[in-house]
Amino acid sequence: MTELKLPSIDYAAISPILIMLGTALLGVLVEALVPRRWRHVVQLTLALLAVLAALTMVVLSADERIITAGQALAIDGPTLFLQGAILVLAAMALLLIGDRSVERGGAFVAQAAVTAESADDRRQAEGRNGLTEVYPLTTFAIGGMLIFVAANDLLTMFIALEVFSLPLYLLCALARRRRLLSQEAAMKYFLLGAYASAFFLFGVALIYGFTAGIPGRSAGVDFATIHAAVGESPASPVLLFAGMALLAIGLLFKAAAAPFHVWTPDVYQGAPTPVTGFMAACTKVAAFGALLRVFQVAFADANWDFTPVLGAVAVLTMLVGAVLAVTQTDIKRLLAYSSIANAGYLLVGVLAPSRDGLAGTMFYLVAYGFSVLAAFAVVTLVRDDDGEATHLSRWAGLGRRSPFFAALFTFILLAFAGIPLTSGFTSKFAIFGPALEGGQAWLVIAGVLTSMILAFPYLRVVVMMWLSEPGESTPTVMVPGGLTSAALMIGVLATLVLGVAPAPLLDLAAGAAEFVR
Amino acid sequence: MSNFPFLSVLTVAPLVGALVVAFLPRHRPELAKQVAFAWSLLVLVLSVVMWVSFNAGGDRFQFRESYSWIPNWGVSFTFAADGIALVMLMLIAVLVPLVILASWHDAESSKRSVPVYFALLLVLECTMIGVFAAADVFLFYVFFEVMLVPMYFLIGSYGGHQRQYAAVKFFLYSLVGGLFMLAAVIGLWVVGGKTFDWQALSQVDISTGTERWLFLGFFLAFAIKAPFFPFHTWLPDAGGAAPAGAAALLVGVLDKVGTFGILRYCLPLFPEASKWFAPWALALGVIGIVYAALLAVGQNDLKRLVSYTSIAHFGFIGVGIFAFTTQAGTGAVLYMLNHGLATGLLFLVVGMLISRRGSSLISDFGGAGKLVPVLAGVLFFAGLASLALPGTAPFISEFLVLIGTFTVNKPVAVIATLGIILAAAYVLWMVQRTTQGTLNPALTEVDGMRRDLNLREKVVVAPLIALIVLLGFFPKPVTDVINPAVQATMDDIGRTDPAPSVGGTVQEAAK
Repeated sequence: MTELKLPSIDYAAISPILIMLGTALLGVLVEALVPRRWRHVVQLTLALLAVLAALTMVVLSADERIITAGQALAIDGPTLFLQGAILVLAAMALLLIGDRSVERGGAFVAQAAVTAESADDRRQAEGRNGLTEVYPLTTFAIGGMLIFVAANDLLTMFIALEVFSLPLYLLCALARRRRLLSQEAAMKYFLLGAYASAFFLFGVALIYGFTAGIPGRSAGVDFATIHAAVGESPASPVLLFAGMALLAIGLLFKAAAAPFHVWTPDVYQGAPTPVTGFMAACTKVAAFGALLRVFQVAFADANWDFTPVLGAVAVLTMLVGAVLAVTQTDIKRLLAYSSIANAGYLLVGVLAPSRDGLAGTMFYLVAYGFSVLAAFAVVTLVRDDDGEATHLSRWAGLGRRSPFFAALFTFILLAFAGIPLTSGFTSKFAIFGPALEGGQAWLVIAGVLTSMILAFPYLRVVVMMWLSEPGESTPTVMVPGGLTSAALMIGVLATLVLGVAPAPLLDLAAGAAEFVR
Repeated sequence: MSNFPFLSVLTVAPLVGALVVAFLPRHRPELAKQVAFAWSLLVLVLSVVMWVSFNAGGDRFQFRESYSWIPNWGVSFTFAADGIALVMLMLIAVLVPLVILASWHDAESSKRSVPVYFALLLVLECTMIGVFAAADVFLFYVFFEVMLVPMYFLIGSYGGHQRQYAAVKFFLYSLVGGLFMLAAVIGLWVVGGKTFDWQALSQVDISTGTERWLFLGFFLAFAIKAPFFPFHTWLPDAGGAAPAGAAALLVGVLDKVGTFGILRYCLPLFPEASKWFAPWALALGVIGIVYAALLAVGQNDLKRLVSYTSIAHFGFIGVGIFAFTTQAGTGAVLYMLNHGLATGLLFLVVGMLISRRGSSLISDFGGAGKLVPVLAGVLFFAGLASLALPGTAPFISEFLVLIGTFTVNKPVAVIATLGIILAAAYVLWMVQRTTQGTLNPALTEVDGMRRDLNLREKVVVAPLIALIVLLGFFPKPVTDVINPAVQATMDDIGRTDPAPSVGGTVQEAAK
């Protein structure tokens, strides 16, 4: 009988993951043991401390370049950079999630199981405190994302995908107001997400089959084996192509790339706005982290085969996002389509097969995450008696009512439009430069053309806010409490700093931009 | 003084002033106006000192400064000015204080904050100076794009009729051009070995196909900005809707960025492509001269009329640039300056008329000269300068462009000369319908029309009139500065002026 050998695990290197998952479990205990009135404070503090601790561990192991836990986890430059990005952005999202000053009781439902639109539901919307299970759920999701960007084999990746997706499905359903919309969003996200996971899993199976039969190597789904198999496997390349396509579907779904984007506007609109911000920032980082690793590590040698297809997806994504954003009348849906278009730009970065391309993509993810979280932070503030006023017509004249917040939002919109001196411009440059260098001029042209289209909806919002007169129904902007203010200011400042002085983060990204195999 | 960092200080100073003005209390608009005016005078004084310390016979680029910005991409804050840029910087420094003075009461008619209006003017000055002073392609692009933002709010928040439409159209047109340029900028960066330094890039050899594409990217942005036919449709809307002061800056300076960009970037960086595309550019210029002049004749809105005349003038500048002779090139640059003075004056005077009458329609005037004789006189003078009457500065530039073009391309020069006749038509007819003839009885009922130019307004127009007359008789100080820079640009594209000859006799004699 062969002896079962335990894989060696570098606990220090994977400690960020352990901290987040451990805190999530602790959070479940807090729900059971701590009195109700203390839970909110305890949970929020616990989650923030955990994120801080995990971030500290990421910083401390900044020079780590290893593959650990068997072949399951790769702790290398991109992993650490993206983990750090996820943690920083998640901390901002937690500030938004934890805010109870803007809406009495917070943005979350008090009792999720109450029938929507019933008398009970109206009562809970009036101001009973939201449920605090959102914190362990968020912490689980963060933990899953940290594994997702570190996963070094497809099965670990699949498990991480589920670990961060399931809490997100639940979180989407927990909006305090417009319960039906929120539940519909969660249902849609869950069903489509489950499909996408199934595609992914099927892809894993096909790839496993493809790797079998190389002399001197056992079959497997870790990236080193797949990488070797792409060159040497005697199996039919159909297995490889079909497997790659199915994997891509699963990942592109999470990244919200066309034609797998249809869930995005509905989910972004229905989900509680802090959760929307969390998804737009952190899920995007995680999804693109995985895409980068799968296509630049495992399938690097097949790039002649996937580049045209992914390029077409990128162009389609940019077009769909930009064109449909023009027609939107709801600010959350507009930001959703903008996020789709941004997924397209990020795909251009994924297809730039160089260190600069990888660094540029990572820079873009961070810059976009800060801006989009700040944007959703502003959305939470514009409200009337029925909660957030998300219809664009309601934003008319906002610049006259609340010039400060309108100015901040204008700045973020200019960043999305790619005006210089904002991170939106530097990040576009960071992606288009390497892409052009890599000979993908057509993607850059498409990116530039769609940027023009996309500028129009952003500008329309600016016109609404500043050049229109405020009407009867123009809502007031709440003066936010400390938590939302902090998140908003961090986002806006980061957008400015990364636009004016991007060199430090670019250096960091460039130093981290190398995968280990 | 030549070691003083003029260009960076000039760029930053208005921005600091803008911040100061913006944070002045909203209920003290007078203070904001005074601070803004004083600040722009300070910039003017500094510019004059810079003008004096510029050595016309010295290096092509002077006052060079360079500070690292984004080393990862080879981007730096590099400033340097050649003669062309220097002239444009002077134009900005002269126009901005006058515009501030002329717009003293403009912002009050809107319900918006008065200090913000003046802060936006100063921000605009900062970006305009930056765009002419930059010697780093990335830095140029940054200013080129950021310039849109203050102008957008000036038109959109403080403009007249249809201001929202005009502001958005202005922004989107410019952004479209800018994004094409961004693609070309990135392309240039890749083929140029990851540097943005103008001087390094002008040494790079680029393959013919790539060079043409990159030229097109830049040219499109500049042609929209200038604007050349057929990319001009945004200007009448923006010029018609913008407050008069902002319109004077828009047409007087902002649009020059387009022609300046062609001279500084398209020609030296892509010489072969410039020559290849020159016939097309000349055609656009000639069409613009005639077409815009014809449209100007038919306008009933004063500000739109002035906007169309500018498009015609930009046609002249385009022809001057792409004729590739030193004379025509010098004429084009001189035209950029003179047009800024003449059309700036015309816009400001027209603005004074409009604010008195409360309408910009020519048909609402008639015989205004009987009520406001001095104002009518200034309008007449501005009109004459605009149609390039000998003795005014624009005549010299127009003449230089035409003779410079005639030596290499007779048909173009001949058609362009038609533009002079059309210019006389639209200017004189406009003057006739507004200030001459029988008095429109409706005018006497308007209070404003009984007030002629006050002291503030006289102070605004006097320097411009003086400069137009002075440069009309004695352009040498300016041409001395421009000539070497234009000569160097022509060297960059490898064109030399045709040898002067009298018919065929010289060649025959040589045989």
